[in-house]
Amino acid sequence: MSTASSTLDTPPDRLSGAFRLLRKTIELIASLALTFLGLTAITFTIGRVMPVDPVLAIVGDRASQEVYDRVFLEMGLDKPIWEQYLLYLQQLMHGDLGTSIMTSNTVTDDIVHFFPATLELATFAIIAGVLIGVPLGVLAAVKQGRWPDHLVRVFSLFGYSVPVFWLGMMALVVFYAKLDWLPGPGRIDVYFDDIVTPVTGLLLIDSAREGEWEIFYNALYHLVLPASILAIYSLAYIARMTRSFMLDQLNQEYILTARVKGLSERRVIWGHAFPNVMVQLITIIGLTYASLLEGSVLTETIFAWPGIGMYITSSLFNSDMNAVLGGTLVVGLCFVGINLFSDFLYRLVDPRADSHDS
Amino acid sequence: MTAKAPATGIRGWLLSDSPQSARQARAQRWYLSWLDFRANPIAMTGLFIILALFAVAFLAPWITHSTGLKPVLSDRLQPPSAAHWFGTDELGRDLYDRIIWGSRITLYIVMLVGVIVVPIGLLIGTTAGYIGGWVDTVLMRITDIFLAFPRLILALALVAALGPGIENAVIAIAMTTWSPYARIARAEALTVRNSEFILAAQVQGVSTPGILYRHVMPMCMSSVIVRLTLDMAGIILTAAGLGFLGLGAQPPTPEWGAMISSGRQYVLDQWWVATVPGLAILVVSLGFNLLGDGLRDVLDPKRSGK
Repeated sequence: MSTASSTLDTPPDRLSGAFRLLRKTIELIASLALTFLGLTAITFTIGRVMPVDPVLAIVGDRASQEVYDRVFLEMGLDKPIWEQYLLYLQQLMHGDLGTSIMTSNTVTDDIVHFFPATLELATFAIIAGVLIGVPLGVLAAVKQGRWPDHLVRVFSLFGYSVPVFWLGMMALVVFYAKLDWLPGPGRIDVYFDDIVTPVTGLLLIDSAREGEWEIFYNALYHLVLPASILAIYSLAYIARMTRSFMLDQLNQEYILTARVKGLSERRVIWGHAFPNVMVQLITIIGLTYASLLEGSVLTETIFAWPGIGMYITSSLFNSDMNAVLGGTLVVGLCFVGINLFSDFLYRLVDPRADSHDS
Repeated sequence: MTAKAPATGIRGWLLSDSPQSARQARAQRWYLSWLDFRANPIAMTGLFIILALFAVAFLAPWITHSTGLKPVLSDRLQPPSAAHWFGTDELGRDLYDRIIWGSRITLYIVMLVGVIVVPIGLLIGTTAGYIGGWVDTVLMRITDIFLAFPRLILALALVAALGPGIENAVIAIAMTTWSPYARIARAEALTVRNSEFILAAQVQGVSTPGILYRHVMPMCMSSVIVRLTLDMAGIILTAAGLGFLGLGAQPPTPEWGAMISSGRQYVLDQWWVATVPGLAILVVSLGFNLLGDGLRDVLDPKRSGK
């Protein structure tokens, strides 16, 4: 490995710790800014190549030529393309994503309205993924090469391979339509609609705040199926990564020392090996959470879950490009932000990560 | 190794301790990898599934009903039977036939994506790693930007702009898939850039593109193949997801994701219409994952066991 020589050349300097933190933070901000520019450049380009005429979308096709020309000028479409892009950036910085044709609200308001549902769904999915995935991964690592290991391997390969929208549909048929164990699509039963005032938009928190426990349980009950389906992929990924991180640790000499000292197997695994994989695990969990926010598009469609994914897809079919691009940008920003932050955390805590390049 | 009696014939040639030519050495390396691979039941299952997929796609005209994919309205929504193994859909089309023909579309999508992303990734990655300096910085920044993008959402927005259809779905998927290949290729290029054989080529006056193409890129192939195989399932799932949302293949194309979508409204009473294409997607992407997992153990020992 090339790391050996480079660490020999430069002995670790503990005094420079604060400087390193500063440098890393600047690097994080720089890459966030760059990625943000990249993301906006792409949404801007998509907005420009789309077959829908942005002026016609506003004035309607019965507007006179003068009106058309005026709006054309107002939108800055006569300016050079880079100036239009700067204008677009300027609007974004003011939180202006345009107006949705479908809901006739500003896209920003719509997103504030729809995002909490996705947040609730993804958060429950990641909790389920961590609570089940981590123990499974540890189990597989401890029983390496034996049947629990094989079982976890096959299960996680299944999780990587199954189309979630299909699985969700099948789960609805079995658990809702046939067995009637769980509620159907939607966030809440219809007769509970609009009772709680949305403060955070998170139904569980809002209903608990007002003491509407019946609504709270109803919402929780509605979450079970979509969150489990969405969790499958994260569960598979987390179990897989936990296994490989744990195996790395279990093969190290300090584990052997701990065992020779006569520590119980439980102490060795949970007291010695596991704390050392925590940092890597947190990174993985962050990455998975980001992908869940995005991956909820299909799950939301299946479960009629009024989140950002459903907002984007339904706007798509109405050629509501402001809404589509605004939604894409917001989800993209969350995704990029969480990704880069997890990476930052990892590099900060584990200096070795800098020299590994992939 | 040598304790065994020396084998003769082709096996002897493949296992000989002292290969006589570069070709023999190369063949030996492949053969030894294959022996490793063959001992891995998970990988062999995957290989079997993928070979079966290719066979089915190739043999489609001979193993389906000659009536083709024409709707037969009198046969609509028939349950699975001897005449219709997987039942029929809402237009009376045989689901078995549609699944078989659909395998061609799945293969078309994954191969097209592979053909687009691998050269782009290799070109950008090896150039960045081999030349280094500001070229490296700029190219890798661009790669990082793409790496940080959410795949499905971006594909959705792209397809929304370009219009639905298989080719646009492929472009959208490719745009969000190439970046890891650039990372892999750059890492490989960095490790070989200072080795003697590259120096030898430089001294002989081989041009930079020549070195990249003939000496650096081949070194990346095994990592790239592993990664591509493991990516296939994700590509299939994204394409099926787009198809399901109505943004990928358009009816009457027998694309599996679109088939699930049209079966959705009958799922309560005619479960087979949506179930069968879903199973097909599951089996094929499982096949690619199993195969990729096994290939990684064989071709990429550094990362195996993970």
